[in-house]
Amino acid sequence: MSPRSSFERALAELQQDILRMASLVEQAIYDSVQSLIRLDVAGAAQVIMSDEMIDELYLEIEDKCVKLIATQQPLARDLRVAITGIKILLSLERMADHAVDIARATMCLSGQPLTVKCLDYIPRMARLAQQMVKDGLDAYVNGDVQKAREMCALDDEVDYIFARVFRELVNSMREDPRTVMQSAYLLYVSRYLERIADHATNIGEAVIYLVTGERWELN
Amino acid sequence: MENRVKIDIKNLNLYYKDFQALRDINLSIQANKITALIGPSGCGKSTFLRTLNRMNDLVEGVRVEGRVLLDGQDIYARDVDVVHLRKRVGMVFQRPNPFPMSIYDNVAYGPRVHGIKNRRLLDEIVERSLRQAALWDEVRDRLFKSALGLSGGQQQRLCIARLLAVEPEVLLMDEPSSALDPISTLKIEELIQELKKDYTIVIVTHNMQQAARVSDIAAYFLNGEVVEWGATEEIFTRPRDRRTEDYITGRFG
Repeated sequence: MSPRSSFERALAELQQDILRMASLVEQAIYDSVQSLIRLDVAGAAQVIMSDEMIDELYLEIEDKCVKLIATQQPLARDLRVAITGIKILLSLERMADHAVDIARATMCLSGQPLTVKCLDYIPRMARLAQQMVKDGLDAYVNGDVQKAREMCALDDEVDYIFARVFRELVNSMREDPRTVMQSAYLLYVSRYLERIADHATNIGEAVIYLVTGERWELN
Repeated sequence: MENRVKIDIKNLNLYYKDFQALRDINLSIQANKITALIGPSGCGKSTFLRTLNRMNDLVEGVRVEGRVLLDGQDIYARDVDVVHLRKRVGMVFQRPNPFPMSIYDNVAYGPRVHGIKNRRLLDEIVERSLRQAALWDEVRDRLFKSALGLSGGQQQRLCIARLLAVEPEVLLMDEPSSALDPISTLKIEELIQELKKDYTIVIVTHNMQQAARVSDIAAYFLNGEVVEWGATEEIFTRPRDRRTEDYITGRFG
């Protein structure tokens, strides 16, 4: 038996807690974008209500991290595990907030059909952002530095699509002032998805720090 | 502050008769810094500490090979005055060992041995040393009472004052607070931090958190060798050697 088996159990539990929260956040992002595409105001409302649970979970897990640091005095890799845990939690919580923002935009669009042209891009950005979150968490579980770095390429793609969306929506607003309202909300939505992708790269950077002790800027 | 080397240890090997206690040690003790020696029991930390002021000479059957350069001069060279060496490089032990005499006489002992008789000078030295050891305020009104009446933490600070009275350059501390309560421990640590402005300090400690709190440089000893040494914040956040990581995270089993 390892001389620190109860500590190791606590570390394993922390990882499970983070994965549990990540799963809820991934679901929230997916549901918020689906609600937007389907103009499902009730679905959007559900995303907003579910965020309360994510917020509570965030506080609960962060508290566990702090207690772990206080009672176990972790050093070296153990310390990096605890710190990385807090960093990943924060990124996840921010992503969940952006999912709520997307849901709120859906509610503001209040079920009106979307007429603007960039509609394909939004789901594409969402799929990429979700893939990045998944990759980030996989990298975390497996201590996979390579996977964390590969996320960089995906973030570039998200940024590229965002730039396209921006241009298309601005053109749309110029050409037809009736689309201004929708375009403005969709600008917000695409911005939120771009921010979700950025938070995912923060998870990647945290994983690299955890494994190597080095700090690496991924974007 | 520049990184000046106060003591340079080169290819140090030490044998207790047939047993090799220290293997090929290469280490630099930097001036005005606190270097902590950490590692499991019996791995050579205290033995190594004692080589820095030749306390090991007092042990029968000890053989030392290699060089220990204090300000560039090998302390194991033939013509070295060992008494003078121990004045320059003084030691504090795990269990406080005040002499069975007054507080004043404890601190004045060293200077008197070195020939100082002038009463006023001795008074100055005693006060200065007790102030430096953060003990003056607590004992100024009972200087001529027995040192044995002091608490453990006070006795340890007295031992430090005694050391400081002969104006050393290097302070060697072998687990200076392991016999003390937590508050006394923190006082000693604070004292050590103050002292490094004027002295070079090497401390052996079993207490990982103390090593992390107090030292600038940490060296990990295992089986008579230095596995790794470097800046304390690096050793405690991302050690390079797996063995160091295992020890400081308590996975050493």
